[in-house]
Amino acid sequence: MNRIIVGRLSVNVSGLRVLQRSFCSSVAEKASSSNSGQPSSESEVKQSFTNNDDQYDVAVVGGGMVGMALACSLASMPLTKHLSVAIIDSNPALGKSNFIKKEDPPDPRVSTVTPATISFFKEIGAWQYVQQHRHAYFDKMQVWDYTGLGYTKYNARDVNKEILGCVVENKVLHSSLLSCMQNTEFRKTIYPSRLTSMALLPSSSSISVDSTPSATTLFTKGHLAKLDLSDGKSLYAKLVVGADGGKSRVRELAGFKTTGWSYSQNAIICTVEHNKENYCAWQRFLPAGPIALLPIGDNFSNIVWTMNPKDASDCKSMNEDDFVKILNHALDYGYGPHPKSISSGSVDMFSWFRGDATLSAKECFEVPPRVVKLASERMVFPLSLKHANNYVSKRVVLIGDAAHTVHPLAGQGVNLGFGDASTLSRIIAEGIAVGADIGEVSLLKKYEAERKPANIVMMAVLDGFQKAYSVDFGPLNILRAAAFHGAQYISPLKRNIISYASGEQRLPLPLPLFT
Amino acid sequence: MAARHLRILSGCNGALLSVRFFSDSTLAQEPIASTAIDSASVSPSINTAENHSQLNNNKKHSAPSSLKHAELAKFSAIADTWWDSEGPYKPLHALNPTRLAFIRSTLCRHFRKDPYSARPFEGLNIVDVGCGGGILSEPLARMGATVTGIDAVEKNIKIARLHADLDPETSTIEYCCTTAEKLVEEQRKFDAVIASEVIEHVADPAEFCKSLSALTVSEGATVISTINRSMRAYATAIIAAEHILHWLPKGTHQWSSFLTPEELVLILQRASIDVKEMAGFVYNPLTGRWSLSDDISVNFIAFGTKNS
Repeated sequence: MNRIIVGRLSVNVSGLRVLQRSFCSSVAEKASSSNSGQPSSESEVKQSFTNNDDQYDVAVVGGGMVGMALACSLASMPLTKHLSVAIIDSNPALGKSNFIKKEDPPDPRVSTVTPATISFFKEIGAWQYVQQHRHAYFDKMQVWDYTGLGYTKYNARDVNKEILGCVVENKVLHSSLLSCMQNTEFRKTIYPSRLTSMALLPSSSSISVDSTPSATTLFTKGHLAKLDLSDGKSLYAKLVVGADGGKSRVRELAGFKTTGWSYSQNAIICTVEHNKENYCAWQRFLPAGPIALLPIGDNFSNIVWTMNPKDASDCKSMNEDDFVKILNHALDYGYGPHPKSISSGSVDMFSWFRGDATLSAKECFEVPPRVVKLASERMVFPLSLKHANNYVSKRVVLIGDAAHTVHPLAGQGVNLGFGDASTLSRIIAEGIAVGADIGEVSLLKKYEAERKPANIVMMAVLDGFQKAYSVDFGPLNILRAAAFHGAQYISPLKRNIISYASGEQRLPLPLPLFT
Repeated sequence: MAARHLRILSGCNGALLSVRFFSDSTLAQEPIASTAIDSASVSPSINTAENHSQLNNNKKHSAPSSLKHAELAKFSAIADTWWDSEGPYKPLHALNPTRLAFIRSTLCRHFRKDPYSARPFEGLNIVDVGCGGGILSEPLARMGATVTGIDAVEKNIKIARLHADLDPETSTIEYCCTTAEKLVEEQRKFDAVIASEVIEHVADPAEFCKSLSALTVSEGATVISTINRSMRAYATAIIAAEHILHWLPKGTHQWSSFLTPEELVLILQRASIDVKEMAGFVYNPLTGRWSLSDDISVNFIAFGTKNS
């Protein structure tokens, strides 16, 4: 009787629709060489992994900004701070507490964090560390294009806020998250190597019941996922989080398909210096791609210039003075005239829409500050759009760039990732509150249902912009100019744009919420 | 409608505390769109416990009523699909986090446990009456409780045992194929007795409640969830769920076996249990998720404490 039940069970219980996934089959079938669990008395199975060194509740693959933000977020909440977390990343910087010297010149890799991300950082207690290093709030933004037909100025006061965002070097964000985690009693273990393979077996039962099941037994029962690392170690986890960036190995191993295309553009980034301070973010759309100037503090700014790959490599290799010249040219009179400001007294067709006019509607067009010299090396990155079709499957979830990569034109990329980390940690906490298994698909699907639509919409908006601004075609130019004018003078539209870009609003239009 | 119920309840039961929810993010303030079919002209029969004849204490096995055998057979037939979250038990899996949120909230408050702890039920003995495949028992065990799960269907217990052994945190659950009455005879006592989605399948709800009460220690907790015997429940739980959407096999529920909240409170009171809180579950068809609400017109859950 028992045998019949078990036989039927392993067919039906595994009809939990979990496919057998041994991703590197030769490695997966090999029994784990790591130590099997030491016997623990029944009464001490408080948290199941108290004795086993290689078993974790959560394994975060990728210790970059988003992966560490997730770990910090779990560390900061009472329901999740008891979880044991493994972080897998071969970056040696993770192991030591790094001191960023104040005199270091700004690194060209920076991110613009939105107010929503700043609140997230404050919640997890990491923002105080960011404030100890270089960071630059900005409260104004100007966007225009080369046709000179229109411009838009945004001001944080339009939405009654103090700032539109803050520009922070990636290394500052990363080390702040590290410091934040180190100051807690969070049980984290850093594995300084790379993931080579991952295996997950379908849920099955066996008649033999160990009172003290080892990691391998639990793995064969489908209760744990097994991760094999490049240095030969193995570990087991209830939940594997793929935070390993655009070329995510977790995504590849888990078999998630992606949609996307590469923009035939590269971005060249560098740090530059001015003669005066700059509190405004500038973006000008040129025929080959936008150029953005973001303040980083202390008279420095960061340049992100998107252009076709050949020009990008030329720019990288030319000497510094020539590069500074063409930078100023691109920001100023290059490619086209300045847009004309509409003087505040005149009546125009938008006077009907003005309504509660925004402060920035009256502001005139300004030329960005002159670049005086280059303050860092130039780096070039290819740009593409990529989106994983699914973010979750049993015991696996993707966050950050592993799930979605976007065009940098609106500085949203890492903010989407932080949004993912924040949502995922909240969902995990809710699952623990009701005693769920954190690797269960039904729980993880809640995360996907919340993040996927928001991410897709943002990607669509950014992609739309990228396409709309990369074509030099008369009628389209005029349409774009109209769009600039509209955003500049139609106050409700501008407020909507600002609050969407700040992360305060999930969707660009006030659609009826489906959640 | 909810307000009317609460007034009646407060009439027969003393002050009813307002329902408070614990960190259930899918909390909905509005009930789902009613799919009431006005032509349903079934007159609600007064289903008081006294009308049922009482042959023996065993709720499932009293011989004369074929209804009980049919109930058992119904569950035996689909026992293998308990843990298939897309199978016939899908609505129960979807409902699980919501009913657990209520249970967690009320029990933490009653036993003065820290709601922010990951294992708030540490040290509590809980019995899950009619545990089925263990869908409710396992999360309770993960929350730290010492859980005993009982069910009258042997197959369910076997499946529950096998599934619980997959996770070290749930392998400590004690499963028995028995009934509440038999446990009473064994003089078992528990801090909290939970009978979720069971009482509508029972022949004699009043005696069942007496058994649940006997299993509860003095000042302990009893939690019962079931479906209201209302027009709306007929439209949603029977017509929509069984016949139109095919969420549940036809015949899973008998409308006449449902209890109204007032009746449940009365029979619990006669069993020395004071109902302190009550909440409803509503389903949002757009998101496919359940949430806690004040609307007890279809699914509801009641938390009571045993008088000393």
